[in-house]
Amino acid sequence: MKISKPLRNVILFELFFPITLLTLGIYHGLMQTIYRSGLVHSAAEAHLDYYQGLTLHGVINAIVLTTFFAVAFGHAIMAYYLKKEPDIRFARISLIFMVVGTLMAAYAMLSGKASVLYTFYPPLRADPTFYLGAVFLIVGSWIAFWGWIILYRTWRKEHKTDKIPMAVLGNIANFTVWQICTLSVAVEVLVFILPWSMGWTNTINVALCRTLFWFFGHALVYFWLLPSYIMFYTFLPKLAGGKLYSGNAGRFSFMLFIILSIPVGVHHQFGEPGITSGTKLFQTILTFGITLPSFITAFTMAATLEYAGRKRGSKGLFGWMAKLPYLDTKNYMFGYLICGLILFIFGGLTGMVNASYSLNSMVHNTSWVPGHFHMTVAGPVYLAIIGMTLYLTSKLSGKPVRFPNLNIMVPYLWCIGILIFSYGLMSGGLLGEPRRTNLGLTYLNPASSQYRPDWIPSTAFALIGGIIMTLSALCYFITFFGTVFSKRKEEPILEFPDSELLHNEPTIGILNRFAPWVIMMIIVLLLAYIPAIMNISQYIGPGAQPFSPNNPVPMTF
Amino acid sequence: MDRNEIKVIVITGLLLATFLFAVLWAADKRHIDVPACIPYNSKYATSKITQLDSNTYQVFVVAKMWQFDPAEIDVPVGSTVDFYLTSKDVTHGFNISDKSVNMMAVFGGVTETSVYFDKPGTYSIVCHEYCGAGHQNMTGKVVVSPKKQK
Repeated sequence: MKISKPLRNVILFELFFPITLLTLGIYHGLMQTIYRSGLVHSAAEAHLDYYQGLTLHGVINAIVLTTFFAVAFGHAIMAYYLKKEPDIRFARISLIFMVVGTLMAAYAMLSGKASVLYTFYPPLRADPTFYLGAVFLIVGSWIAFWGWIILYRTWRKEHKTDKIPMAVLGNIANFTVWQICTLSVAVEVLVFILPWSMGWTNTINVALCRTLFWFFGHALVYFWLLPSYIMFYTFLPKLAGGKLYSGNAGRFSFMLFIILSIPVGVHHQFGEPGITSGTKLFQTILTFGITLPSFITAFTMAATLEYAGRKRGSKGLFGWMAKLPYLDTKNYMFGYLICGLILFIFGGLTGMVNASYSLNSMVHNTSWVPGHFHMTVAGPVYLAIIGMTLYLTSKLSGKPVRFPNLNIMVPYLWCIGILIFSYGLMSGGLLGEPRRTNLGLTYLNPASSQYRPDWIPSTAFALIGGIIMTLSALCYFITFFGTVFSKRKEEPILEFPDSELLHNEPTIGILNRFAPWVIMMIIVLLLAYIPAIMNISQYIGPGAQPFSPNNPVPMTF
Repeated sequence: MDRNEIKVIVITGLLLATFLFAVLWAADKRHIDVPACIPYNSKYATSKITQLDSNTYQVFVVAKMWQFDPAEIDVPVGSTVDFYLTSKDVTHGFNISDKSVNMMAVFGGVTETSVYFDKPGTYSIVCHEYCGAGHQNMTGKVVVSPKKQK
């Protein structure tokens, strides 16, 4: 369909801006594997401190890129499937908020005033611009969502009995969760952290802030993931040359995410005080619950791909795997999505290990954890984001993808890189190698009394994986910027590879309305989080003064 | 839903139930549990090693930028050590190698776990939560001595 110039420009900017920042995020990803392997024994390279770079890596890759993309992709989906554009004023104000927020946080991080990592656990204190920047970015994404709600309600009035288009359903489900989970981080920042970081209040309840953070923090990973799920359910079947095995399975999965995305955050806090083992166990069970939509998706995708393979003439039980269009340069999105799916098999299963209550003690905060989540957020999430960014940029600006042969290699190279990298991190994690640590200064430094030669192989694997991933990212940047800065050759168009359903499916009433799911979500949320907050008020003592990352003495104002 | 979908959902349910059973069984029968959560008391903010009886020790560990206090804990083999952990400043981690002891040191909170040391040797303690510029220097150790030397 045609798309108006103002909305097109908003979307194109929201795609271009984070990819530009991503160059910095990827650079420090590589640098970390270099520091950690002990190749360099230094606190900083090229005026960028390890922990400063780690903060940049986390914030840019996991918050800025993902949020900008979710908003841009959301605009495109809403306009395309509801055949009407969202109010441009909402889209513009949203963009301004997000850009201002990102620039504020970038200033704080680059000037070295916010080396507190993306989790910004108090009582480590960053410059207030860092926290404010995060709030602006998040509020910006809310504003886009509010515009879509208005659009969706208008559409609903005109199409009372129609099935909600699957992508729209997924997008609204995703932003519903996002809207609610980010409220807690807004409270954390505005009520507790900001006044304390300005010196207006003296101390802060650390355990409460951590719990508010993780109320948001795990739902965040589904916010990353759901745009890729939308692509799996609505585009992948078509890209593979088949049809979607079950649409209602997809709808049910998205609705389950509404209920279960948030009340699972305590599984990040198994090792900490203030929350009783009963509360932790309850959220373990809920976390197992949220694997259900992913298992459903795994089955539906396998069935869908098998159908596509057989339609392409495959034989035997597994022959369909060989018949899929892996290296079709015109159909490059298939490669991006399939590599993401393959990585997510491992990412999902290792996630279940993390969620498994006492089993978590084996792996918590070791490098196992980044090993796991690089197969999710740097797997299906990252690949779907960069692939779709290229796709939409090319369509919306009427510029055919440059260097298609380079482009087709990107996801496969990345997939190989991540598997090696994550193998290194996870095997090191099982040997006790900590995450978020400049290992090269001490543990991987033969001159240090803390030297751990048993961590050499694991960090070397991570380094090799990191180099391969960086090569893949370089290929991507050449393709992406090459396309962006080429001449327009076609008419700009908003178009998606829209899939059909394999079966003739009935409309299921409850899968066509959001209200029942949101009500269930709120009930489960209260059941999961009232005990957690009560535990904290019962078990936690005094609050903490602010600390700079560079000084063991509390800061004074 | 067709037959295959129902089959898959049932299998998934059984798999999750198995995992859950394993978790509960480990906690109940093998006493492999998450760290206990103790009401805060300022006495835990002063480090201390106390021998409770011939083979039980109680250790109050205070994590601070960028060291553990006490940095070294010596016990004979066959000891059970109850660790009570808190932080004097920012959040720290406490991971004893080969023992799957994995706790967070949080200001204003106390985490407790109990470990049995059945083999002599040096067990290193690593801070695995980012705690500022000196994070990578923050280690400690538990030295478990063979009984005969005592």
